[in-house]
Amino acid sequence: MGALQQVVDGLSAGSIYAALALALVLVHRATGVVNFAQGEMGVLMAYVAWSLTSAGVPVLVAVLAAMALSFPLGVATERFLIRRFHGQDGLVIVVVTVGLLILLNGIVGAIWGYVSKPFPSLFPNEVIRLGGVAVTVEQIGNLVVLLAVVAGLQIIFLRTRFGLSLRAVADNRESSALSGLAVNRLLMAGWGMAAALGTLAACLIAPKIFLDPSMMNAVLVYSLAAAVLGGLDSPVGAVVAALVIGVAENIAGAYIDIIGTDLKIAVPLLLMVVVLLGRPQGIFGRREVVRV
Amino acid sequence: MSLLELRGVHASYSDGGQVLHGVDLTVQEGGVTALLGANGAGKTSTLRAVSGMLRRGGSLRFDGREITSLRTDEIARLGIAHVPQGRGTLTGLSALDNLRVGSARRRDRREVERDLERCLNLFPRLRQRLGSTAGNLSGGEQQMLAIARALMSRPRLLLLDEPSLGLAPKITVEVFEAIAGLRAEWSLAIVIVEQNADLALGMAQQAVVLESGRVAIAGTAAALAGNDDVRQAYLGG
Repeated sequence: MGALQQVVDGLSAGSIYAALALALVLVHRATGVVNFAQGEMGVLMAYVAWSLTSAGVPVLVAVLAAMALSFPLGVATERFLIRRFHGQDGLVIVVVTVGLLILLNGIVGAIWGYVSKPFPSLFPNEVIRLGGVAVTVEQIGNLVVLLAVVAGLQIIFLRTRFGLSLRAVADNRESSALSGLAVNRLLMAGWGMAAALGTLAACLIAPKIFLDPSMMNAVLVYSLAAAVLGGLDSPVGAVVAALVIGVAENIAGAYIDIIGTDLKIAVPLLLMVVVLLGRPQGIFGRREVVRV
Repeated sequence: MSLLELRGVHASYSDGGQVLHGVDLTVQEGGVTALLGANGAGKTSTLRAVSGMLRRGGSLRFDGREITSLRTDEIARLGIAHVPQGRGTLTGLSALDNLRVGSARRRDRREVERDLERCLNLFPRLRQRLGSTAGNLSGGEQQMLAIARALMSRPRLLLLDEPSLGLAPKITVEVFEAIAGLRAEWSLAIVIVEQNADLALGMAQQAVVLESGRVAIAGTAAALAGNDDVRQAYLGG
């Protein structure tokens, strides 16, 4: 039964990694950028949600409001920062997003301080026992929220005109513009949606690890590993990989003595190295074909 | 009435290299205009200037409206569909999704479904490939898909950049037969850039020969086709 418990705990952690990994994939598909500041943008907005709850706003409303406010933050980031570097070397954009990560981290610290703050959970603090496995409502809640997000994204991408347009722009900007799609606005929308997802991830993990300006750094490592493992352009791949990573790190932490809780973070990285050695495009990714 | 009118159009790449040096060009409503000339004469650049993909100056008017300062997507929405060289297929999307992207800005659902059917009748090969990833289609099928995607936007002007490029002769004939039938079926004007001058002149009413970013000769297709000096000088015999 101990192993099953680890699986349940792992799925719960994995669903949070998955939310941020989805945000990374959304941005990468649309603009070819890996946004290292994705988690930190979520931290900033999670602090906004915290301020709202401190002012008496119910936590669900506060989180939804923070997600809604994240949208213009993502839009502005694309419009005023990322677009300036379009067409530049990939390394330049990496430095830009890492710089944004550090900048936002400092801003959050300057406004709210560096002392950890408790963040109210979206879910009641109850434990359900299912045949020897203790499952908290929060764990179930995290997984349900993630599955709802994935289902929602699939519907948007596969069933709506807006989603079709987003996919088209991600595939070929020039052809999309020639078909009359407002490419710039769609790129901004992609960044806005990703920012909202990053905020959701931060608000889901905050009750567990407390609000802290650097709280998403470790999550970012897991989510990046998941996004890369799954293939940076595959939302489904990112989610599957994130759940696998969540479970793998818990099981390895519990059963492999040398790993324990301290070396857990090495597990996704090890997985990543092993997979990339065999499949550079990730498990679900498409091999990029360059035609001359 | 003239549908597209270029006056003294010059254009350059973002790195500053100038490719058009004052092009004057008129495209009549409902006609086919062949754009001819040697490699590097400015044929593709002329189309790209119309679609706003190059930095450009001078005057470009579509249907009487100045489009010189508009963005590519705005120009497309006015009714200019451009099938670029190399087809511009959305390779990661299914063939059907490619066609849906073409009609993404339209709101007349019933007409869209009717146009989809017309496209599939025009290119019957596409019907079996609708569910396939567009990148897996053959070159000929991708060219047909690109033209069909352009048609799905119900354009008034269709710009075709070397539709025969890289196609087997048999497929080229198939594609050109379809293009020749477009004008009547879809009531649109066509500007076609083509290396194979005979192929282009065979279906065009008007023809323009470009040389070094300027118009060298313009006239009816029949006159240009029948003029041996022109053929010698510009059209490779």
